[in-house]
Amino acid sequence: MRFIDNTILPSDITPKGVFEGRRELIKAAAAGSFGLALAPWFSREALASNPEKLAATLNPAYAVKDELSGYKNVTTYNNFYEFGTDKTDPFANAGTLQTRPWTISIEGLVKKPVTLDIDALLKLAPMEERVYRMRCVEGWSMVIPWDGYSLSKLLSKVEPLGSAKYVEFISLADRKQMPGVKSNILDWPYKEGLRLDEAMNPLTLLTFGLYGEALPKQNGAPVRIVVPWKYGFKSAKSIVKIRLTEEMPKTSWSQFDAREYGFYSNVNPLVDHPRWSQATERRIAENKGVFAPKIKTEMFNGYGDQVASMYSGMDLKKFY
Amino acid sequence: MGMAIKLLACTRVWISRNSIKRYLMKVVIFLLALLPLDRLVWLGFTDGLGANPIEFITRSTGTWALVMLCLTLVMTPLRLLTGSLFWIKIRRMLGLFSFFYAAIHFLIWIWLDQNFDLAAMVKDVIKRPYITMGFLSLLMMTPLAMTSNHWMQRKLGRRWAQLHRLIYVIACSVILHYWWHKAGKNDLDTVSIYATVVVLLLCCRIPVIRSKLSFK
Repeated sequence: MRFIDNTILPSDITPKGVFEGRRELIKAAAAGSFGLALAPWFSREALASNPEKLAATLNPAYAVKDELSGYKNVTTYNNFYEFGTDKTDPFANAGTLQTRPWTISIEGLVKKPVTLDIDALLKLAPMEERVYRMRCVEGWSMVIPWDGYSLSKLLSKVEPLGSAKYVEFISLADRKQMPGVKSNILDWPYKEGLRLDEAMNPLTLLTFGLYGEALPKQNGAPVRIVVPWKYGFKSAKSIVKIRLTEEMPKTSWSQFDAREYGFYSNVNPLVDHPRWSQATERRIAENKGVFAPKIKTEMFNGYGDQVASMYSGMDLKKFY
Repeated sequence: MGMAIKLLACTRVWISRNSIKRYLMKVVIFLLALLPLDRLVWLGFTDGLGANPIEFITRSTGTWALVMLCLTLVMTPLRLLTGSLFWIKIRRMLGLFSFFYAAIHFLIWIWLDQNFDLAAMVKDVIKRPYITMGFLSLLMMTPLAMTSNHWMQRKLGRRWAQLHRLIYVIACSVILHYWWHKAGKNDLDTVSIYATVVVLLLCCRIPVIRSKLSFK
């Protein structure tokens, strides 16, 4: 005769946390047997300084098919002068950045100026995953899956006034958290800007994550702009203020040298940087051999059908 | 007679010991000067060149060409300070290593950056001052490397020394090359250090300073 006490559930004997932990362990062991195939995934886990997940849904309308650059490349090779001028400096130094609490204040020529907490921003619109090309003014490029939503969704909430023509983005500049701000390489804080129609273009992404995770600090945590048809420096990182203005805002690199860095800075293979050609680029991709040749740079970084109309009639050699 | 033979033998031993020592020193310096290249090969095989390997190799070889150039320019002040000719004996090797790293730097540019597109290269050399300076530097280094052997040294006589003073011009053009490249992103900290070193080394050539350095 067997006695079964139905009042005792297996979950009563094994606490829920332990039970689930065990499942994780089994999953991990199973994954281990696929070792090689999953190696990039594990190295990604190990690299993530902030492994907070973001639930984003892929938006196929905004996903290029090019080979991805790989999490390691995207998070260890960065230009973020607030943490040093070397490409590996941000990865090494950005740990000191405090991403919580964080607010963005939206001010200037808007009907409803507001200061929003990062958690409110995260919930403002559905999170999308978009795969964008990123072309650096220095002549290299990456392909990155970003997580965020169109900046236009935020801007519509604050209702820009009719007089607003430009949008200025201001990044954090705190000497205590950002060792690079002590140098006078740029006029801190870092400032960037777009014309209002550019900022309202659905391609312009208010970005909170990459590869389905909250932005690593070296990539501009906790919130940045991504403007894929312009050179990378136009995509301001770690922003704390968005201001709508009537006058074209002064932007950091253009203030440093307006001849080398224009306000528009659209990716354009026909307009060279005074110091180097912009006709080609070195694509950084996970499985690309060291000796792979450079590729041709595309007008508007290949986003011409979505953005070219904003510049019709403009001399792009003059408004570089 | 016996005494004389003994003395001669001693001298010979002294000479050969000294030349073995000198030979070994040269081998050691040769191997040390190859370390930057060894490092690149090692990093290449261990996935250590970072996200942009070509940029890494280009910058590394450029930097080491400049370091070797500075070391070459240190030899004369060292000779003046110590009175030893040893420094002059290894100067040629260091100069050739500078040329060696500069040549790799250049080859990577024409191959992996320009893809052997001669027209694009010429355009770049003419249009971009920093590339002009880099190209001119290598162009000026070439005859120095070609005439670095004893035979050419003897053949050219006094003109050899005159020709090799070109190294002072090269040092300046190399710094300009580096400076103008880095100025684009206002990243001048490192290049400022190299510029200071080169200026100091060139100052050692000013007669007043040179005579002050001389070993008495």
